[in-house]
Amino acid sequence: QVLRIVPTNDEELQKVQELQDLEELQLDFWLAPRGVGHPVDIRVPFPSLQPLKAHLEANGISYSIMIEDVQTLVDDEQMEMLRGRRGLPVSTNTFDYATYHNLDEIYAFMDLLVAENPNLVSKLEIGRSTENRPLYVLKFSKGGTNRPAIWIDTGIHSREWVTQASGVWFAKKIVQDHESKEGVASILDKMDIFLEIVTNPDGFVFTQTQNRMWRKTRSRHSGSICIGVDPNRNWDAGFGASGASGNPCSETYHGPYANSEPEVKSIVDFVKSHGNIKAFISIHSYSQLLLYPYGYTTTPVPDQKELHEISEKAVTALSSLYGTNYKYGSIITTIYQASGATIDWTYNQGIKYSFTFELRDTGRYGFLLPAREIVPTAQETWLALKVIMQHALDHPY
Amino acid sequence: AAMEVPLSHGLASRAAALATGYLCYRRGSPGRGLALRSLRRARREDIDDVGHKYYLELELEDVLDKDNTVNCTAEVLYHLGNKNTAPNVQFTLEGELKNTDEADNIFYNRIKSLEKELVAENIPDSHGNVPPEMEPIRLLAWVASGYVIWQNSTENTKFQLAQIKYVKQVKRSDEYLEFDYMILLHDMVSQEIIPWQMTVLWHPQHGVQVTQDSRQPKHA
Repeated sequence: QVLRIVPTNDEELQKVQELQDLEELQLDFWLAPRGVGHPVDIRVPFPSLQPLKAHLEANGISYSIMIEDVQTLVDDEQMEMLRGRRGLPVSTNTFDYATYHNLDEIYAFMDLLVAENPNLVSKLEIGRSTENRPLYVLKFSKGGTNRPAIWIDTGIHSREWVTQASGVWFAKKIVQDHESKEGVASILDKMDIFLEIVTNPDGFVFTQTQNRMWRKTRSRHSGSICIGVDPNRNWDAGFGASGASGNPCSETYHGPYANSEPEVKSIVDFVKSHGNIKAFISIHSYSQLLLYPYGYTTTPVPDQKELHEISEKAVTALSSLYGTNYKYGSIITTIYQASGATIDWTYNQGIKYSFTFELRDTGRYGFLLPAREIVPTAQETWLALKVIMQHALDHPY
Repeated sequence: AAMEVPLSHGLASRAAALATGYLCYRRGSPGRGLALRSLRRARREDIDDVGHKYYLELELEDVLDKDNTVNCTAEVLYHLGNKNTAPNVQFTLEGELKNTDEADNIFYNRIKSLEKELVAENIPDSHGNVPPEMEPIRLLAWVASGYVIWQNSTENTKFQLAQIKYVKQVKRSDEYLEFDYMILLHDMVSQEIIPWQMTVLWHPQHGVQVTQDSRQPKHA
């Protein structure tokens, strides 16, 4: 153990200094005696613990135990170093949620979460990106077959880093709260949750290595020098209409045809073959908005009133935590006209509860949101997500 | 006649962002940056042969001290057709802004006494970090970008300063501080990231001036 002693007077200081002469105890001073009031830290080998403590107590010298078991720490560090050579996380309990991670670390996190919770979490590969990276979805399920489900995706636009980081936090949160009533227990009793954390891995790697502001995929199409398609303009809802660009060099390039991007097609295929998704939430940043369809037309969706009411409730819940202000409404009235957008397609597929979030902030940091805001952002957003999920649970259709 | 615009409407938030940028430029300094806390009210008037005018009630906050807020009314006129004329912005602040003389003077003296010209890049960095000694440099860019945003805004744009790619001090023999910035502007409407060069002059008593600015070509 490592003990700490703080000599409070000269007499105590003298006694502690004398300990250094007791060679048979094999004491290892990490902090040698310096003066009254200065801490003295001593690593004490197991056989010497009893004698030393008895000696200190007999002399009225108080001590505290700084480290209960040095060997455990050494073993853990050894393991960490082996993993740490690759910089990978060791457990989802020691994972740092308050910092931004790279793709390898996030994929390692997913595997850890599954390994730690095999009865609740599984990992599905729904396709491959343009650069052949696997597209992974985490499935949270308490059983059943093809239960009605909730879909959440983050990171479809790669530069929106707070979203992938929040997705990681959501995954852990679902596991932590899957048995609690204030958590998601009742939701998971009847429904499954699908979570795609890195929806655009090629773009994500590019933001880490080349251009922090990259938004699109990394596909090359028909002889343009420009790369990438906006995955939120590539869906088959008003595809190619006003609200997207036909210019491959544009940030809102819709692509040569709907679902040209494997990142989009894989979700389309998944949603169609699942056939029982009841809520679909696609997460972006920044602007602090909660949006429902449509983006491609000003015609309100038939369920406008209900979606508006859910939005109000969700935003109220979100604000309750840190006072963060959100606005809400349809895509086209609240930000701009956007064609080929994700939730326009999912809504038209019959997924009534289709929402898009734009997370923190409102432009002070924008895409470069400081890491210290990741957890507060994820926490408040989770409250809004629970409102939507609860509503989907309470209103089957 | 002016009609109420719902506060969540995209057009209202664009006008509010523009007014805030302009205001920040007029009133900001390396010790004071202003950001939009909330839009309280928005009305819009279509004036024949002139353009679209927005009447706004805003609440602004000091970026360095979020509890420090001030209310403001602003009028933004987007001119019809003519893309080369900046929108017209007028504002009235209700109340006083915090005095930043001390912070401004400390920064001024610090830079004036540097032996080598200050050079920095990527503020904030990829993780959103800004070293504390770079905060005034960053605020100065925030204030100066308000000018660029004002000059280049239309009803179909919503600009924010996304990042300082590069800043280099230019030593001057007179009392002004001069910085050459390469910034990235983000336009929320087109989602484009636009590199922009700006030359910024500042003196504690004379405010912020952008003496030269030019849009840069985008990388492929």
